[in-house]
Amino acid sequence: MASRFEGVDFYDISSLLSEEERAVRDTVRQWVDDKLLPVINEAYIAGRFPKQLIPEMAELGFYGANLPEEYGCAGLNNVAYGLIMQELERGDSGVRSFASVQGALVMYPIYAFGSEEQKKHWLPKLASGELIGCFGLTEPDYGSNPAGMITTAKETSAGWVLNGAKMWITNGSMADVAIVWAKTGALDDVKSIRGFVVPTKTPGFSAKDQKGKLSLRASDTSELVLQNVEVGKDALLPKSGGIKAPLMCLTQARYGISWGALGAAMGCYAEALAYAKQRVMFRKPIAGFQLQQARLAEMLTEITKGQLLCLHLGRLKDLGTMRPQQVSLAKRNNVNVACEVAREARRLLGANGILVEYSAMRHMANLESVYTYEGTHDMHTLILGEDVTGMAAFE
Amino acid sequence: MKIAVCVKRVPDTETRIKVGADGASIDEAGVKFILNPFDEFAVEEALQRREKAGAGEVVIVTLGSDAAAETIRTALAMGADRGVLLKAERIPPDGLAIAQALAAELRGGGYDLILFGKVAVDDYNHQVGTMTAELLGLPCVTAAVKLEIADGSVTAEREVEGGLEVVGCALPAVITCDKGLNTPRYPALKGIMAAKKKPIETRAAALGPVRMSVKSLGLPPDRKEGRIVGEGPDAVSELVRLLRQEAKVL
Repeated sequence: MASRFEGVDFYDISSLLSEEERAVRDTVRQWVDDKLLPVINEAYIAGRFPKQLIPEMAELGFYGANLPEEYGCAGLNNVAYGLIMQELERGDSGVRSFASVQGALVMYPIYAFGSEEQKKHWLPKLASGELIGCFGLTEPDYGSNPAGMITTAKETSAGWVLNGAKMWITNGSMADVAIVWAKTGALDDVKSIRGFVVPTKTPGFSAKDQKGKLSLRASDTSELVLQNVEVGKDALLPKSGGIKAPLMCLTQARYGISWGALGAAMGCYAEALAYAKQRVMFRKPIAGFQLQQARLAEMLTEITKGQLLCLHLGRLKDLGTMRPQQVSLAKRNNVNVACEVAREARRLLGANGILVEYSAMRHMANLESVYTYEGTHDMHTLILGEDVTGMAAFE
Repeated sequence: MKIAVCVKRVPDTETRIKVGADGASIDEAGVKFILNPFDEFAVEEALQRREKAGAGEVVIVTLGSDAAAETIRTALAMGADRGVLLKAERIPPDGLAIAQALAAELRGGGYDLILFGKVAVDDYNHQVGTMTAELLGLPCVTAAVKLEIADGSVTAEREVEGGLEVVGCALPAVITCDKGLNTPRYPALKGIMAAKKKPIETRAAALGPVRMSVKSLGLPPDRKEGRIVGEGPDAVSELVRLLRQEAKVL
C-alpha cells in the first residue's frame, strides 16, 4: 500500500481548481504520504496523538490557513482550506480534527470575535504551533442542545470567574489555551453566552483524558473542569454574544469536515480498488467479480457527488453567500457517504480489512465519531427539515 | 551569491503515459506535470546556499510553453526569488538547441553558480547541463551528491562505480544535482501564496538549430505474469534450473 495517492477524480474536478488550489492540495497530499501515513498506525494502536507532527504542520501553514496573512496565517481561500482538510483526513480523522479545532474553533473565534489586541497576541502563536488550542462548548448534559449549558462566568472587579465542565474536547489535555463558552447571566438567558480565552495553566482549570475510545484513537479527547477559574477582563471575546457565536465557529468546522470526510472516503476507495485488482480468488482478481465492482462503482459515485457538493459550497463560502444550512447538508451527506464507503471498503478487503495495516477499519471507526460530532447526522437532518418547512422539530 | 537553477516541466513519474497520435510524442491530455524530481534537488540546494549566506538571489530558468510558468511557480513557492520563462511552442528533442537558448539567457547574468538536475526524467538525455556549461565556457560537475563552497571555489562529491570521487573547480561553475544532495522542501502554503506575487519574465527562447527528431515512442511490453514454481526447499532446484535455463540470469 506504499504507492503514492493520486487522488480520486472521475469528473476531472481538478480542472475546476486554480493553480494555487492544486498546489496546496499537492503539498498536503505529499506530506500525508511521506510523514503522516508512516506513523499513524502505531499512534492509533497506542491511542495517542502523533504530537511530533505539530511543528511541521505549522511550518507548512496548515493551521487557520484561510485566515489573513497579517496574523501569520496563509491567507488561502476556502476551497484551498477545504482541500487541506480533505488530504489530512485521508491520513486520519484524528489528525484532521486537530487541525480543524486549532483553525476553525480556536483561531476563527479569536479572529471573528476578538479585539485587535487579542488577534495580534494569539493568532500568530497559534498559527506557528507555538500554542495549541481547544474549544469548550459541549457539556456532559448538553450536546445537541448547547444553548442549555450550565457553565457560568461571573464578572468581578478584576475580570471573570468561570465554573463548569466541558466534555468531548479535542486537544483538551495538550492545549495551552481554551476557548470556553459560558453564560454570563441567568441559566435561562441564552443571549448571555459569551466566549473566553482561557490559558489552561490558570489555577482551577483541569483536563482529564477520555479513556476507552474505540474511535479517533490518534486524537486527544478530554473532559475540562473549571473550578473558580479567574481570568482578566481581556479574556472575554468582546464581539461574542449569544449561542450564535459558537454556532458560527461550528459552521466553519463543519465546512472543513464536509471536505475531510471525503478525504477519508477517497483513501478507503483507493485502497479497496488497489486491493481488488491484486487479490486473487477463484483464479482471478476479485476486481473482476460483479459484487466487488458494484461496491467500487457505488463508492466512486458517492465520492464524486460529494466532491462537487463541497467544491460548490466552497465557492459559495468564498463569495460570502454560503448559509449554515447548506453546510449542514454537506456535512450530513459527506460524512454519511464516508461511513458507508469505509464500511464497504473494509468488507471488500475481507479478513485483511480488520487489520491496522489497511486503513479502512481505522477510517470506519473514526468516522463514527465524525458522524456524531459537530452536529450529529440526526441534528443536521432536523436543521434541514426546519429550513425547508419553517418548523423546528427539535424543540 | 547569485544562483540560477534551470528546471524542466515533466510528466508526473506516476502518470500512466499514452503515446500521442503521431507515435512520437506523449499524449498530454489528462497528464499531470511536475517539476522534474532531480531539479528539486537543484532548487533546494540553491535555497540552502542563499539561506546560509544570508543574502543572494535564486533565479529559476525554464524553457517551454506558457504552461511551464506553473513549474516555475512551484520553485518560487519553495522559496526562489524570481523566474525566467524562455518561451518555445514545444521543447525540442535536441539538447544542444535548448542549451544554446539557456546559455544565451545565462551569459552575462552574473551568476556565481548555475544548477541543473542531473537528468530530466522524461527524456533521460543527461545533455543540457553539460552542454550549457560548455557553451558558457564554465567548468561543470555532473551528478553531485555533496557541495561545499568556500573562497570562490566549489568542492563536490560524486558517486562513481564503487566509490566516491571528490572534485573541485573555481566559481562560476555549472553543477548538475543528483539524489542524495539534500531533501527538497515542500512548497509551504504561504510560499504558494507568495509565489503568485513573485515576478516571472517571459521572452522568446533563442533556440539553436534543431537537428534531431524523435522517430517513434513506444511503451515497454507488458510484463508477463509471475509464476510460482513450488513451495519449500523442494522447489529450490527447479527454481535454480529455470533461472539458469529459462531466464538466463545465473
